Amino acid sequence: MNFKLLYSVSLALLMARWRQTLVAAIGVTFSITMFITLLSFMSGLNDMLDGLIINRTPHIRLYNELKASEHQALNDVEPYKKQHGFIHSVKPKSDRKGLYNAGAIISFLKTDARVLGIAPKIATQVFYTVGSIDLAGSINGIEVEAENKLFYFQDYVVAGNIFDLKNTPNSIILGKGAAQKMLVQIGDMIQITNNKGEIFPLKVVGFFQSGLSDIDKVQSYCSMETTQKILGESGSFMTDIQVKLTHIEDAPAVAKYYQNLFGCEAIDIQTANSQFETGSKVRTLISYVVGITLLVVAGFGIYNILNMMIYEKMDTIAILKATGFSGNDVNAVFISIALSIGIFGGLMGLLFGFGLTHVIDMIPFNTAALPTITTYPINYNPKFYVISIVFSVVTTYFAGFLPARKASKIDPVVIIRGK
Amino acid sequence: MNQVILEAKGIQKFFHDPTTVEVLKQISFSIHTGEFVSVIGKSGCGKSTLLYILSTMDTDYNGELLIKGQNMRNKKEHELAMVRNELIGFVFQFHYLLNEFTVLKNVMLPGLKLGKYTEQEVEFRAMQKLKILGIDNEALKKPNQLSGGQKQRVAIARALINDPIVLMGDEPTGNLDKKNTDIVFDIFKELSAVYNQSLLIVTHDNEFAKQTSRIIEMSDGKIISDN
Repeated sequence: MNFKLLYSVSLALLMARWRQTLVAAIGVTFSITMFITLLSFMSGLNDMLDGLIINRTPHIRLYNELKASEHQALNDVEPYKKQHGFIHSVKPKSDRKGLYNAGAIISFLKTDARVLGIAPKIATQVFYTVGSIDLAGSINGIEVEAENKLFYFQDYVVAGNIFDLKNTPNSIILGKGAAQKMLVQIGDMIQITNNKGEIFPLKVVGFFQSGLSDIDKVQSYCSMETTQKILGESGSFMTDIQVKLTHIEDAPAVAKYYQNLFGCEAIDIQTANSQFETGSKVRTLISYVVGITLLVVAGFGIYNILNMMIYEKMDTIAILKATGFSGNDVNAVFISIALSIGIFGGLMGLLFGFGLTHVIDMIPFNTAALPTITTYPINYNPKFYVISIVFSVVTTYFAGFLPARKASKIDPVVIIRGK
Repeated sequence: MNQVILEAKGIQKFFHDPTTVEVLKQISFSIHTGEFVSVIGKSGCGKSTLLYILSTMDTDYNGELLIKGQNMRNKKEHELAMVRNELIGFVFQFHYLLNEFTVLKNVMLPGLKLGKYTEQEVEFRAMQKLKILGIDNEALKKPNQLSGGQKQRVAIARALINDPIVLMGDEPTGNLDKKNTDIVFDIFKELSAVYNQSLLIVTHDNEFAKQTSRIIEMSDGKIISDN
């Protein structure tokens, strides 16, 4: 097949109806533009929302849960060993809140290749004492460097320096909401009351804002040492070990393994936050469906224009066949017309899509809930561009398929005799 | 020299719509190199139908058609297209030039399709054909800028581009006035005499037919005289 010749024929036919072909190409351009914009925007949004959770949530959290012992003394006593006993009013026993053997667990985790990093934590309830009022609150004792490396702690601290927490003894980073309630500034001293009723003075070195105002009203951060002091516990005390893995998908399996290995509770991020994954999936699905719908509509436009072109160019098709062009040649001519519309429109769409997403990326988007976000989030994943161009070529091929086949089946005798 | 180039053996054709009618009844004849044949007959006698069968465009017939000794039956659609491209030149009543292309490109198209020569060679040959037909000055115009007679001459040049073994015409002068008819006829005669081109022209113009070397007269789907 002589492609150059066929291409020149297609081009001539295209140019003969260039306005209509342009409209068809604009249809493709529009749908590809919207497709890319939708996907980039949706995916940017998804990443942002996932980031809210995933960046701040450990992939696996190891902790000691207060619960009633599964093994009751009755079961050890003959003759009840082999029988089924009912014990009423079982209560959890008084147990320590901290993890057992935390040091050993940490040194083991550090050798596990699947683990990206670990951050110990102490979570405890306190009261902020403001004048004569006590506000309920909670303090997270953290290791500043580890917390910052794994959970981007810095991003959420809106005032003050996170390292002051480590360098200044008896210091605290207050939640923004709590600080506003207490009317304190950085450098002020506040008093907190622990669960045993002891009062501690702490220096405010910063404010943090998580984006969830309910949390900001109660939560504060101290260093591990300060928190241990508040609780009157030893230097090895910790309530949680937060683990980040190299591959987040491994979390459920690894969590189960640790649970058996260490004899403590281990919860993975997928179990703890399953609703977020579902949300992301549905949003992605919706944007794909809308994008494909737009492309199909554009495909119908191309189909119509090619059909019109065939009716208009019956004579041309007839004479091409009479002078020795085969049905396949004619088919190739019309398919190449459709594909040129698709490729041209598609490439323009990629360009406009990139431009439009860029514009969206510059629109200010300030929300108290997301201190690190200043403009609308966009994901510039090259994958979307590849999918778009493949879709546009495939759709236009199918749009051209039937008209081209019809053109290739035209019987020149019928046309020529009709004159 | 006096080789058989086209042979029809018992060609039979039916039209099925609205009722089955036998339009061609066992037509057999052959054409030799350099012959200038005209087919005449009343309208509806099947002469155009016969021509379309001979040109391989119509494949729905009984009987045998041999072009250059090759049987056209059982050839695939694209093989027949190649036969039309290489061996047959066709001129219709209507010129069927493509307005999207220049006159020169119109003439070149079948040559480019054949792909025997390079584009430059095809262009040179097309110019030669246009020169023979006296319209080389119009080569770069678009067909819709030409007069009817000129268009038909371009169509003839297009038919000749691949040096076909036979040039077929279906009322090629049907749309032309007397003056242009004479011009076209003179061209045909020149092609036959000077270039030894075989021609098979269907016409209802008896004046025209009388000047050809062989007249086949048809009536009611049969050849009634051939001399």
